[in-house]
Amino acid sequence: MGRIWTLGDNVNTDVIIPGRYNVTTDRAQLAKYCLCEILPDFAQQVQSGDVIMGGHNFGCGSSREHAPASILACGVRVVIARSFARIFYRNSVNIGLPVLVCEEAVLASRDGQRIEVDLTTGIITNIDLERTFQAEPLTPFIARIVEAGGIIAYIQKEGTLR
Amino acid sequence: MGTLTEEIFSHKLGRTVEQGETVIVEVDRVMSHDTTSPLAIQAFRKLAQQSGGRVFNPRRSHIVFDHIIPAATIAAATLQRDIRSFAREQDITVLQEGICHQVMPERGYVVPGSIIVGADSHTCTYGALGAFATGMGSTDIGVAYATGRTWFRVPTTINIEITGRLPFGVYAKDITFEMVRQVGVDGANYRAIEYTGSLVEGLSVSERFTFCNMAIEMGGKAGLITPDAITQAWLHGRTTAEYPMLSPRNPQYERVFHIDASRLQPMIACPPDVNNVVPIGDVTNIGIDEVFLGTCTNGRLDDLAIAAGILHGKTIHPNTRMVVVPASREIYLAAMRLGYLETFIQAGATVENPGCGPCIGRHQGVLAPGERALTTMNRNFTGRMGDPTAEIYLGSPATAAATALCGHIADPREFLAQHATN
Repeated sequence: MGRIWTLGDNVNTDVIIPGRYNVTTDRAQLAKYCLCEILPDFAQQVQSGDVIMGGHNFGCGSSREHAPASILACGVRVVIARSFARIFYRNSVNIGLPVLVCEEAVLASRDGQRIEVDLTTGIITNIDLERTFQAEPLTPFIARIVEAGGIIAYIQKEGTLR
Repeated sequence: MGTLTEEIFSHKLGRTVEQGETVIVEVDRVMSHDTTSPLAIQAFRKLAQQSGGRVFNPRRSHIVFDHIIPAATIAAATLQRDIRSFAREQDITVLQEGICHQVMPERGYVVPGSIIVGADSHTCTYGALGAFATGMGSTDIGVAYATGRTWFRVPTTINIEITGRLPFGVYAKDITFEMVRQVGVDGANYRAIEYTGSLVEGLSVSERFTFCNMAIEMGGKAGLITPDAITQAWLHGRTTAEYPMLSPRNPQYERVFHIDASRLQPMIACPPDVNNVVPIGDVTNIGIDEVFLGTCTNGRLDDLAIAAGILHGKTIHPNTRMVVVPASREIYLAAMRLGYLETFIQAGATVENPGCGPCIGRHQGVLAPGERALTTMNRNFTGRMGDPTAEIYLGSPATAAATALCGHIADPREFLAQHATN
Protein backbone atom coordinates (compact mmCIF):
# COMPACT_ATOMS: atom_id res chain seq x y z
CA MET A 1 0.00 0.00 0.00
CA GLY A 2 1.18 3.52 -0.74
CA ARG A 3 0.03 7.10 -1.00
CA ILE A 4 -0.94 8.89 -4.20
CA TRP A 5 0.96 11.93 -5.41
CA THR A 6 -1.09 13.68 -8.09
CA LEU A 7 0.39 15.80 -10.86
CA GLY A 8 -1.18 17.54 -13.86
CA ASP A 9 -0.83 17.30 -17.64
CA ASN A 10 2.44 17.58 -19.60
CA VAL A 11 4.79 16.87 -16.69
CA ASN A 12 8.05 17.18 -18.64
CA THR A 13 11.42 15.58 -17.97
CA ASP A 14 12.97 18.98 -17.17
CA VAL A 15 10.77 19.26 -14.09
CA ILE A 16 11.17 15.58 -13.17
CA ILE A 17 14.96 15.97 -13.11
CA PRO A 18 16.40 19.33 -14.22
CA GLY A 19 19.42 19.47 -16.50
CA ARG A 20 21.48 21.04 -13.74
CA TYR A 21 21.11 17.91 -11.57
CA ASN A 22 21.42 15.09 -14.12
CA VAL A 23 25.14 15.20 -14.81
CA THR A 24 25.60 11.95 -12.93
CA THR A 25 24.81 8.25 -13.05
CA ASP A 26 24.39 8.07 -9.24
CA ARG A 27 20.78 6.99 -8.65
CA ALA A 28 20.75 8.31 -5.06
CA GLN A 29 21.79 11.72 -6.38
CA LEU A 30 19.03 11.61 -9.01
CA ALA A 31 16.47 10.61 -6.35
CA LYS A 32 17.40 13.62 -4.23
CA TYR A 33 16.19 16.09 -6.88
CA CYS A 34 13.22 14.15 -8.28
CA LEU A 35 10.36 16.53 -9.19
CA CYS A 36 12.13 19.36 -7.33
CA GLU A 37 10.83 22.04 -9.71
CA ILE A 38 7.15 21.39 -9.02
CA LEU A 39 7.08 19.48 -5.70
CA PRO A 40 10.10 20.67 -3.70
CA ASP A 41 9.26 18.39 -0.72
CA PHE A 42 8.61 15.28 -2.79
CA ALA A 43 12.04 13.72 -2.60
CA GLN A 44 12.12 14.02 1.19
CA GLN A 45 8.56 12.91 1.86
CA VAL A 46 8.00 10.16 -0.70
CA GLN A 47 7.94 6.67 0.78
CA SER A 48 8.71 3.35 -0.78
CA GLY A 49 5.54 2.02 -2.38
CA ASP A 50 4.01 5.43 -3.14
CA VAL A 51 2.35 6.00 -6.50
CA ILE A 52 2.57 8.97 -8.88
CA MET A 53 -0.56 9.86 -10.85
CA GLY A 54 -0.16 12.12 -13.85
CA GLY A 55 -2.49 13.54 -16.46
CA HIS A 56 -1.92 13.51 -20.21
CA ASN A 57 1.51 13.30 -21.86
CA PHE A 58 3.42 12.40 -18.70
CA GLY A 59 7.21 12.59 -19.21
CA CYS A 60 7.23 14.70 -22.36
CA GLY A 61 10.34 16.52 -23.56
CA SER A 62 13.89 15.30 -23.36
CA SER A 63 14.96 11.66 -23.81
CA ARG A 64 16.88 11.73 -20.53
CA GLU A 65 16.54 8.36 -18.87
CA HIS A 66 17.57 10.10 -15.67
CA ALA A 67 13.87 11.06 -15.34
CA PRO A 68 12.35 7.59 -14.86
CA ALA A 69 15.57 6.52 -13.10
CA SER A 70 15.11 9.25 -10.49
CA ILE A 71 11.47 8.23 -9.92
CA LEU A 72 12.46 4.59 -9.58
CA ALA A 73 15.30 5.47 -7.20
CA CYS A 74 12.80 7.32 -4.95
CA GLY A 75 11.00 4.05 -4.31
CA VAL A 76 7.90 4.93 -6.33
CA ARG A 77 6.08 1.68 -7.06
CA VAL A 78 4.30 2.69 -10.25
CA VAL A 79 3.42 5.76 -12.32
CA ILE A 80 -0.21 5.83 -13.48
CA ALA A 81 -1.23 8.42 -16.07
CA ARG A 82 -3.96 9.27 -18.55
CA SER A 83 -1.25 9.02 -21.24
CA PHE A 84 2.55 8.92 -21.44
CA ALA A 85 4.99 10.62 -23.81
CA ARG A 86 6.55 7.94 -25.99
CA ILE A 87 10.22 8.14 -24.96
CA PHE A 88 9.46 8.29 -21.22
CA TYR A 89 7.17 5.28 -21.52
CA ARG A 90 9.76 3.26 -23.39
CA ASN A 91 12.54 4.28 -20.98
CA SER A 92 10.41 3.25 -18.00
CA VAL A 93 9.65 -0.15 -19.49
CA ASN A 94 13.33 -0.62 -20.33
CA ILE A 95 14.60 0.08 -16.82
CA GLY A 96 11.80 -1.66 -14.93
CA LEU A 97 9.77 1.31 -13.65
CA PRO A 98 6.15 0.13 -13.85
CA VAL A 99 3.92 2.46 -15.88
CA LEU A 100 0.17 2.03 -16.32
CA VAL A 101 -2.38 3.95 -18.35
CA CYS A 102 -5.70 4.31 -16.51
CA GLU A 103 -7.84 7.33 -17.26
CA GLU A 104 -10.56 6.46 -14.72
CA ALA A 105 -8.22 5.94 -11.77
CA VAL A 106 -6.50 9.27 -12.40
CA LEU A 107 -9.77 11.17 -12.76
CA ALA A 108 -11.26 9.66 -9.58
CA SER A 109 -8.24 9.75 -7.26
CA ARG A 110 -7.01 12.60 -5.09
CA ASP A 111 -3.65 13.51 -3.64
CA GLY A 112 -2.71 11.61 -0.47
CA GLN A 113 -5.26 8.79 -0.84
CA ARG A 114 -4.13 5.24 -0.15
CA ILE A 115 -3.71 2.90 -3.09
CA GLU A 116 -2.82 -0.67 -3.93
CA VAL A 117 -1.74 -1.79 -7.39
CA ASP A 118 -1.51 -5.36 -8.66
CA LEU A 119 1.11 -5.09 -11.39
CA THR A 120 0.38 -8.51 -12.87
CA THR A 121 -3.33 -7.89 -13.41
CA GLY A 122 -3.27 -4.08 -13.74
CA ILE A 123 -5.96 -3.78 -11.07
CA ILE A 124 -5.71 -0.51 -9.16
CA THR A 125 -7.47 -0.25 -5.81
CA ASN A 126 -8.07 3.16 -4.27
CA ILE A 127 -8.55 2.15 -0.64
CA ASP A 128 -10.03 5.45 0.51
CA LEU A 129 -12.58 5.48 -2.31
CA GLU A 130 -13.19 1.72 -1.96
CA ARG A 131 -13.05 1.51 -5.76
CA THR A 132 -11.06 -0.59 -8.19
CA PHE A 133 -9.95 0.30 -11.68
CA GLN A 134 -8.53 -1.74 -14.55
CA ALA A 135 -5.44 -0.30 -16.29
CA GLU A 136 -5.09 -0.64 -20.06
CA PRO A 137 -3.36 -3.88 -21.08
CA LEU A 138 0.23 -3.75 -22.37
CA THR A 139 0.98 -4.56 -26.01
CA PRO A 140 2.32 -8.14 -26.35
CA PHE A 141 5.95 -7.16 -27.06
CA ILE A 142 6.06 -4.66 -24.20
CA ALA A 143 4.45 -7.21 -21.90
CA ARG A 144 7.34 -9.59 -22.66
CA ILE A 145 9.91 -6.90 -21.78
CA VAL A 146 8.06 -6.03 -18.56
CA GLU A 147 7.79 -9.69 -17.64
CA ALA A 148 11.55 -10.11 -18.07
CA GLY A 149 12.18 -7.06 -15.84
CA GLY A 150 13.39 -4.66 -18.55
CA ILE A 151 15.03 -4.69 -21.96
CA ILE A 152 18.47 -5.74 -20.69
CA ALA A 153 17.09 -8.73 -18.81
CA TYR A 154 14.92 -9.54 -21.83
CA ILE A 155 17.92 -9.68 -24.17
CA GLN A 156 19.99 -11.60 -21.64
CA LYS A 157 17.19 -14.15 -21.46
CA GLU A 158 16.57 -14.35 -25.23
CA GLY A 159 20.25 -14.15 -26.16
CA THR A 160 19.54 -11.33 -28.61
CA LEU A 161 16.89 -8.76 -29.51
CA ARG A 162 14.07 -10.63 -31.19
CA MET B 1 2.79 1.50 -50.75
CA GLY B 2 2.46 3.83 -47.84
CA THR B 3 3.72 6.82 -45.93
CA LEU B 4 7.39 7.77 -46.18
CA THR B 5 7.86 6.06 -42.80
CA GLU B 6 6.32 2.83 -44.08
CA GLU B 7 8.36 3.05 -47.29
CA ILE B 8 11.59 3.36 -45.28
CA PHE B 9 10.75 0.39 -43.04
CA SER B 10 9.59 -1.69 -46.03
CA HIS B 11 12.80 -0.88 -47.91
CA LYS B 12 14.88 -1.78 -44.88
CA LEU B 13 13.12 -5.07 -44.17
CA GLY B 14 12.58 -6.13 -47.80
CA ARG B 15 8.85 -6.65 -47.33
CA THR B 16 5.76 -4.52 -47.07
CA VAL B 17 5.47 -3.12 -43.58
CA GLU B 18 2.28 -1.64 -42.22
CA GLN B 19 1.63 0.89 -39.49
CA GLY B 20 0.92 -0.64 -36.12
CA GLU B 21 3.14 -3.69 -36.44
CA THR B 22 6.14 -4.21 -34.18
CA VAL B 23 9.39 -4.76 -36.08
CA ILE B 24 13.01 -5.36 -35.19
CA VAL B 25 15.38 -3.60 -37.58
CA GLU B 26 19.08 -3.07 -38.07
CA VAL B 27 19.92 0.58 -37.54
CA ASP B 28 22.26 2.56 -39.80
CA ARG B 29 23.65 4.86 -37.10
CA VAL B 30 23.57 5.07 -33.33
CA MET B 31 24.35 8.31 -31.48
CA SER B 32 24.70 9.49 -27.90
CA HIS B 33 26.14 12.65 -26.34
CA ASP B 34 28.02 13.62 -23.21
CA THR B 35 24.92 13.61 -20.97
CA THR B 36 23.30 10.41 -22.24
CA SER B 37 26.40 8.31 -22.99
CA PRO B 38 27.22 7.35 -19.36
CA LEU B 39 23.92 5.48 -18.83
CA ALA B 40 24.13 4.04 -22.37
CA ILE B 41 27.58 2.67 -21.60
CA GLN B 42 26.24 1.11 -18.38
CA ALA B 43 23.50 -0.64 -20.38
CA PHE B 44 26.00 -1.70 -23.08
CA ARG B 45 28.28 -3.26 -20.42
CA LYS B 46 25.44 -5.43 -19.14
CA LEU B 47 25.18 -7.03 -22.59
CA ALA B 48 28.86 -7.94 -22.80
CA GLN B 49 28.04 -11.60 -23.17
CA GLN B 50 25.78 -10.93 -26.15
CA SER B 51 28.02 -8.36 -27.86
CA GLY B 52 31.42 -9.84 -27.11
CA GLY B 53 32.16 -6.52 -25.40
CA ARG B 54 32.36 -4.61 -28.70
CA VAL B 55 29.95 -2.11 -30.26
CA PHE B 56 28.21 -3.49 -33.36
CA ASN B 57 30.20 -1.18 -35.65
CA PRO B 58 32.53 1.61 -34.42
CA ARG B 59 32.17 3.52 -37.74
CA ARG B 60 28.40 3.64 -37.27
CA SER B 61 28.50 4.42 -33.55
CA HIS B 62 28.81 8.13 -32.77
CA ILE B 63 29.53 9.97 -29.56
CA VAL B 64 29.21 13.74 -29.72
CA PHE B 65 30.24 16.09 -26.92
CA ASP B 66 27.92 19.09 -27.08
CA HIS B 67 25.85 19.49 -23.94
CA ILE B 68 28.54 20.74 -21.55
CA ILE B 69 31.59 21.35 -23.70
CA PRO B 70 34.13 22.34 -22.51
CA ALA B 71 33.24 20.75 -19.18
CA ALA B 72 31.93 23.35 -16.71
CA THR B 73 32.16 21.28 -13.53
CA ILE B 74 34.35 18.52 -12.10
CA ALA B 75 31.37 16.16 -12.30
CA ALA B 76 30.93 16.82 -16.03
CA ALA B 77 34.68 16.56 -16.67
CA THR B 78 34.81 13.23 -14.87
CA LEU B 79 31.93 11.77 -16.88
CA GLN B 80 33.54 13.02 -20.10
CA ARG B 81 36.87 11.48 -19.13
CA ASP B 82 35.13 8.13 -18.66
CA ILE B 83 33.25 8.44 -21.98
CA ARG B 84 36.52 9.23 -23.79
CA SER B 85 38.07 6.15 -22.26
CA PHE B 86 35.12 4.04 -23.49
CA ALA B 87 35.38 5.56 -26.97
CA ARG B 88 39.11 4.78 -27.18
CA GLU B 89 38.46 1.23 -26.05
CA GLN B 90 35.75 0.81 -28.73
CA ASP B 91 37.61 2.67 -31.50
CA ILE B 92 34.87 5.34 -31.66
CA THR B 93 35.84 8.91 -32.55
CA VAL B 94 34.47 11.45 -30.05
CA LEU B 95 33.18 14.40 -32.08
CA GLN B 96 33.66 17.80 -30.45
CA GLU B 97 32.66 20.18 -33.20
CA GLY B 98 29.12 21.25 -32.42
CA ILE B 99 25.61 20.04 -31.64
CA CYS B 100 25.04 16.37 -32.43
CA HIS B 101 22.03 17.15 -34.62
CA GLN B 102 24.08 19.50 -36.79
CA VAL B 103 27.30 17.49 -36.82
CA MET B 104 25.71 14.16 -37.79
CA PRO B 105 24.17 15.52 -41.02
CA GLU B 106 27.18 17.73 -41.83
CA ARG B 107 29.47 14.72 -41.70
CA GLY B 108 27.27 12.88 -44.16
CA TYR B 109 26.09 10.33 -41.59
CA VAL B 110 22.44 11.00 -42.39
CA VAL B 111 21.14 9.98 -45.83
CA PRO B 112 17.64 9.42 -47.20
CA GLY B 113 16.13 6.07 -46.28
CA SER B 114 18.40 5.45 -43.30
CA ILE B 115 17.20 4.51 -39.84
CA ILE B 116 18.99 6.32 -37.03
CA VAL B 117 18.51 6.22 -33.27
CA GLY B 118 20.00 8.76 -30.91
CA ALA B 119 19.98 9.29 -27.16
CA ASP B 120 18.49 12.75 -27.52
CA SER B 121 14.89 13.65 -28.19
CA HIS B 122 15.76 16.01 -31.06
CA THR B 123 17.24 13.17 -33.12
CA CYS B 124 14.02 13.60 -35.14
CA THR B 125 15.83 16.53 -36.84
CA TYR B 126 17.45 14.13 -39.34
CA GLY B 127 14.09 13.45 -40.98
CA ALA B 128 14.73 16.69 -42.90
CA LEU B 129 16.97 14.58 -45.17
CA GLY B 130 14.38 11.80 -45.60
CA ALA B 131 15.73 9.52 -42.87
CA PHE B 132 13.64 7.87 -40.16
CA ALA B 133 15.35 9.10 -37.02
CA THR B 134 14.09 9.10 -33.47
CA GLY B 135 15.18 9.88 -29.94
CA MET B 136 15.40 7.15 -27.34
CA GLY B 137 16.71 6.77 -23.82
CA SER B 138 20.16 5.60 -22.90
CA THR B 139 19.27 1.95 -22.30
CA ASP B 140 17.75 1.60 -25.78
CA ILE B 141 20.89 3.21 -27.20
CA GLY B 142 23.11 0.88 -25.16
CA VAL B 143 21.16 -2.03 -26.67
CA ALA B 144 21.65 -0.56 -30.17
CA TYR B 145 25.40 -0.13 -29.57
CA ALA B 146 25.57 -3.77 -28.49
CA THR B 147 23.32 -5.38 -31.10
CA GLY B 148 23.06 -2.91 -33.99
CA ARG B 149 19.33 -3.38 -33.72
CA THR B 150 16.27 -1.90 -32.11
CA TRP B 151 12.55 -2.51 -32.03
CA PHE B 152 9.85 -0.17 -33.30
CA ARG B 153 6.14 -0.05 -33.50
CA VAL B 154 5.73 1.30 -37.04
CA PRO B 155 3.87 4.53 -36.30
CA THR B 156 0.77 6.00 -37.85
CA THR B 157 1.45 9.34 -39.50
CA ILE B 158 0.12 12.88 -39.27
CA ASN B 159 0.50 15.00 -42.38
CA ILE B 160 1.12 18.73 -42.08
CA GLU B 161 0.65 20.35 -45.47
CA ILE B 162 2.01 23.88 -45.76
CA THR B 163 1.19 26.10 -48.71
CA GLY B 164 1.53 29.79 -49.49
CA ARG B 165 4.59 31.99 -49.12
CA LEU B 166 6.40 33.23 -46.06
CA PRO B 167 5.36 36.83 -45.42
CA PHE B 168 7.99 39.50 -44.76
CA GLY B 169 9.56 38.93 -41.31
CA VAL B 170 8.06 35.46 -40.89
CA TYR B 171 10.34 32.42 -40.88
CA ALA B 172 10.28 28.63 -40.71
CA LYS B 173 10.43 28.88 -36.90
CA ASP B 174 7.21 30.90 -36.82
CA ILE B 175 5.48 28.20 -38.89
CA THR B 176 6.58 25.55 -36.36
CA PHE B 177 4.83 27.52 -33.60
CA GLU B 178 1.64 27.48 -35.67
CA MET B 179 2.07 23.70 -36.06
CA VAL B 180 2.42 23.16 -32.31
CA ARG B 181 -0.54 25.47 -31.68
CA GLN B 182 -2.72 23.40 -34.01
CA VAL B 183 -1.44 19.88 -33.31
CA GLY B 184 -0.80 20.38 -29.56
CA VAL B 185 2.14 19.26 -27.45
CA ASP B 186 1.06 15.61 -27.58
CA GLY B 187 -1.04 15.53 -30.74
CA ALA B 188 1.66 13.55 -32.54
CA ASN B 189 2.59 11.29 -29.60
CA TYR B 190 3.56 7.80 -30.90
CA ARG B 191 3.14 9.13 -34.45
CA ALA B 192 5.37 10.29 -37.26
CA ILE B 193 4.83 13.68 -38.87
CA GLU B 194 5.31 14.10 -42.62
CA TYR B 195 5.62 17.67 -43.86
CA THR B 196 4.41 18.26 -47.42
CA GLY B 197 3.14 21.08 -49.59
CA SER B 198 4.47 23.69 -51.98
CA LEU B 199 6.14 25.73 -49.25
CA VAL B 200 8.06 22.71 -47.89
CA GLU B 201 9.30 21.82 -51.37
CA GLY B 202 10.92 25.24 -51.65
CA LEU B 203 12.57 25.28 -48.21
CA SER B 204 16.32 25.10 -47.72
CA VAL B 205 17.71 22.11 -45.85
CA SER B 206 18.41 24.38 -42.87
CA GLU B 207 14.74 25.40 -42.70
CA ARG B 208 13.73 21.75 -43.07
CA PHE B 209 15.94 20.94 -40.07
CA THR B 210 14.00 23.57 -38.08
CA PHE B 211 10.70 21.91 -39.04
CA CYS B 212 11.77 18.36 -38.21
CA ASN B 213 13.57 19.42 -35.02
CA MET B 214 10.25 20.68 -33.64
CA ALA B 215 8.39 17.39 -34.35
CA ILE B 216 9.11 16.17 -30.80
CA GLU B 217 7.47 19.32 -29.41
CA MET B 218 4.22 17.84 -30.75
CA GLY B 219 5.17 14.47 -29.27
CA GLY B 220 6.28 13.20 -32.70
CA LYS B 221 8.34 10.02 -32.92
CA ALA B 222 9.86 11.35 -36.12
CA GLY B 223 9.42 14.26 -38.53
CA LEU B 224 10.08 13.57 -42.19
CA ILE B 225 10.36 15.42 -45.48
CA THR B 226 10.52 13.57 -48.79
CA PRO B 227 14.04 13.86 -50.21
CA ASP B 228 14.39 15.83 -53.44
CA ALA B 229 16.96 17.69 -55.54
CA ILE B 230 17.54 20.17 -52.69
CA THR B 231 18.38 17.25 -50.39
CA GLN B 232 20.74 15.73 -52.97
CA ALA B 233 22.49 19.04 -53.57
CA TRP B 234 23.07 19.48 -49.83
CA LEU B 235 24.45 15.95 -49.47
CA HIS B 236 26.74 16.37 -52.46
CA GLY B 237 30.31 16.45 -51.20
CA ARG B 238 29.27 15.28 -47.72
CA THR B 239 28.86 11.59 -48.50
CA THR B 240 29.72 9.17 -51.25
CA ALA B 241 27.18 6.63 -49.95
CA GLU B 242 24.43 5.49 -52.26
CA TYR B 243 20.97 6.02 -50.91
CA PRO B 244 17.39 5.35 -52.02
CA MET B 245 15.24 8.36 -52.93
CA LEU B 246 12.10 7.02 -51.28
CA SER B 247 8.82 8.91 -51.32
CA PRO B 248 5.30 8.27 -50.02
CA ARG B 249 3.15 6.17 -52.33
CA ASN B 250 -0.57 6.52 -51.83
CA PRO B 251 -0.05 7.25 -48.12
CA GLN B 252 -2.82 6.75 -45.59
CA TYR B 253 -2.45 9.59 -43.11
CA GLU B 254 -4.24 9.40 -39.79
CA ARG B 255 -4.90 13.13 -39.86
CA VAL B 256 -4.04 16.06 -42.11
CA PHE B 257 -3.39 19.65 -40.97
CA HIS B 258 -3.25 22.53 -43.46
CA ILE B 259 -1.30 25.72 -42.87
CA ASP B 260 -1.39 28.67 -45.26
CA ALA B 261 1.92 30.37 -44.46
CA SER B 262 0.84 33.56 -46.24
CA ARG B 263 -1.54 34.31 -43.37
CA LEU B 264 1.05 34.01 -40.57
CA GLN B 265 2.89 36.67 -38.61
CA PRO B 266 5.89 36.47 -36.26
CA MET B 267 4.93 34.38 -33.23
CA ILE B 268 6.15 33.76 -29.70
CA ALA B 269 5.80 30.60 -27.60
CA CYS B 270 5.32 31.83 -24.04
CA PRO B 271 6.36 29.88 -20.93
CA PRO B 272 6.01 27.17 -19.80
CA ASP B 273 4.78 25.07 -22.78
CA VAL B 274 5.54 25.28 -26.49
CA ASN B 275 1.85 25.40 -27.50
CA ASN B 276 1.39 28.61 -25.52
CA VAL B 277 1.68 30.53 -28.79
CA VAL B 278 0.68 34.17 -29.36
CA PRO B 279 1.17 36.67 -32.20
CA ILE B 280 4.20 38.77 -31.33
CA GLY B 281 2.08 41.91 -30.98
CA ASP B 282 0.52 40.48 -27.79
CA VAL B 283 3.82 40.40 -25.87
CA THR B 284 6.04 43.19 -27.22
CA ASN B 285 6.04 45.01 -23.87
CA ILE B 286 7.78 42.19 -21.99
CA GLY B 287 11.30 43.09 -20.82
CA ILE B 288 14.05 40.58 -21.62
CA ASP B 289 17.25 40.03 -19.61
CA GLU B 290 18.94 37.56 -21.95
CA VAL B 291 18.66 36.81 -25.66
CA PHE B 292 20.05 33.48 -26.85
CA LEU B 293 20.61 32.80 -30.55
CA GLY B 294 21.66 29.24 -31.34
CA THR B 295 20.66 25.55 -30.78
CA CYS B 296 19.80 22.63 -33.06
CA THR B 297 16.61 24.51 -33.95
CA ASN B 298 18.10 27.82 -35.07
CA GLY B 299 21.90 27.98 -34.80
CA ARG B 300 22.70 27.58 -38.50
CA LEU B 301 24.34 29.97 -40.92
CA ASP B 302 21.10 31.36 -42.37
CA ASP B 303 19.84 32.01 -38.82
CA LEU B 304 23.04 33.88 -37.94
CA ALA B 305 22.83 35.80 -41.24
CA ILE B 306 19.30 37.03 -40.49
CA ALA B 307 20.27 38.16 -36.98
CA ALA B 308 23.53 39.75 -38.16
CA GLY B 309 21.59 41.67 -40.83
CA ILE B 310 19.44 43.25 -38.11
CA LEU B 311 22.29 43.87 -35.66
CA HIS B 312 24.85 45.19 -38.14
CA GLY B 313 26.29 48.52 -36.98
CA LYS B 314 24.01 48.63 -33.92
CA THR B 315 24.40 47.97 -30.21
CA ILE B 316 22.22 45.73 -28.07
CA HIS B 317 20.11 47.39 -25.37
CA PRO B 318 22.00 48.03 -22.11
CA ASN B 319 19.32 46.23 -20.04
CA THR B 320 19.84 42.97 -21.89
CA ARG B 321 22.65 40.59 -22.75
CA MET B 322 22.97 38.40 -25.80
CA VAL B 323 24.58 34.99 -26.25
CA VAL B 324 25.30 33.63 -29.73
CA VAL B 325 26.26 29.97 -30.21
CA PRO B 326 26.83 28.69 -33.75
CA ALA B 327 25.55 25.11 -34.05
CA SER B 328 28.78 23.67 -35.42
CA ARG B 329 32.40 24.41 -36.21
CA GLU B 330 31.57 24.53 -39.93
CA ILE B 331 28.96 27.22 -39.26
CA TYR B 332 31.24 29.03 -36.82
CA LEU B 333 34.02 29.29 -39.43
CA ALA B 334 31.64 30.37 -42.19
CA ALA B 335 30.08 33.02 -39.90
CA MET B 336 33.56 34.25 -39.10
CA ARG B 337 34.52 34.55 -42.78
CA LEU B 338 31.27 36.35 -43.60
CA GLY B 339 31.76 38.87 -40.78
CA TYR B 340 28.68 37.82 -38.76
CA LEU B 341 30.69 37.05 -35.64
CA GLU B 342 32.31 40.46 -35.76
CA THR B 343 28.86 42.04 -36.12
CA PHE B 344 27.63 40.18 -33.03
CA ILE B 345 30.71 41.05 -30.99
CA GLN B 346 30.64 44.72 -32.03
CA ALA B 347 26.94 44.81 -31.07
CA GLY B 348 27.86 43.66 -27.56
CA ALA B 349 26.89 39.99 -27.80
CA THR B 350 28.96 37.13 -26.39
CA VAL B 351 29.89 34.57 -29.04
CA GLU B 352 30.49 31.13 -27.56
CA ASN B 353 31.96 27.90 -28.88
CA PRO B 354 29.75 25.53 -30.93
CA GLY B 355 27.52 23.32 -28.77
CA CYS B 356 24.21 23.41 -26.94
CA GLY B 357 25.20 26.54 -25.02
CA PRO B 358 22.74 27.65 -22.31
CA CYS B 359 19.83 25.61 -23.74
CA ILE B 360 19.96 23.08 -20.91
CA GLY B 361 20.73 25.51 -18.12
CA ARG B 362 24.09 24.20 -17.08
CA HIS B 363 26.54 26.83 -18.28
CA GLN B 364 27.29 29.71 -20.66
CA GLY B 365 24.33 31.91 -19.72
CA VAL B 366 22.07 30.49 -16.99
CA LEU B 367 19.16 32.58 -15.69
CA ALA B 368 18.71 34.08 -12.23
CA PRO B 369 15.43 33.90 -10.28
CA GLY B 370 12.76 35.98 -11.97
CA GLU B 371 14.77 36.71 -15.11
CA ARG B 372 13.32 36.41 -18.60
CA ALA B 373 14.95 35.13 -21.76
CA LEU B 374 13.97 35.28 -25.41
CA THR B 375 15.62 32.41 -27.22
CA THR B 376 15.62 30.54 -30.52
CA MET B 377 15.41 27.22 -28.62
CA ASN B 378 12.75 24.53 -29.02
CA ARG B 379 11.62 24.32 -25.38
CA ASN B 380 10.48 26.87 -22.82
CA PHE B 381 10.00 24.48 -19.88
CA THR B 382 10.22 25.60 -16.26
CA GLY B 383 13.82 25.59 -15.01
CA ARG B 384 15.33 24.64 -18.37
CA MET B 385 17.80 27.55 -18.46
CA GLY B 386 18.50 27.90 -14.76
CA ASP B 387 16.32 29.01 -11.89
CA PRO B 388 12.76 27.60 -12.01
CA THR B 389 11.26 31.07 -11.55
CA ALA B 390 13.00 32.33 -14.70
CA GLU B 391 10.84 32.51 -17.83
CA ILE B 392 11.72 31.44 -21.38
CA TYR B 393 10.04 32.90 -24.48
CA LEU B 394 10.72 31.27 -27.85
CA GLY B 395 10.97 33.08 -31.17
CA SER B 396 12.73 33.22 -34.53
CA PRO B 397 16.33 34.44 -35.01
CA ALA B 398 14.98 37.72 -36.43
CA THR B 399 12.81 38.22 -33.35
CA ALA B 400 15.83 37.42 -31.15
CA ALA B 401 17.95 40.09 -32.85
CA ALA B 402 15.21 42.73 -32.70
CA THR B 403 14.61 41.91 -29.03
CA ALA B 404 18.31 42.27 -28.22
CA LEU B 405 18.25 45.78 -29.69
CA CYS B 406 15.15 46.85 -27.74
CA GLY B 407 15.60 45.09 -24.40
CA HIS B 408 12.01 43.89 -24.67
CA ILE B 409 10.27 41.47 -27.05
CA ALA B 410 10.26 43.28 -30.37
CA ASP B 411 8.64 42.73 -33.77
CA PRO B 412 11.47 42.08 -36.25
CA ARG B 413 9.54 43.54 -39.17
CA GLU B 414 10.33 47.10 -38.08
CA PHE B 415 14.06 46.38 -38.12
CA LEU B 416 13.97 44.37 -41.31
CA ALA B 417 12.21 47.31 -42.98
CA GLN B 418 15.01 49.65 -41.86
CA HIS B 419 17.54 47.15 -43.04
CA ALA B 420 15.84 46.84 -46.43
CA THR B 421 15.67 50.61 -47.02
CA ASN B 422 19.24 51.23 -45.86
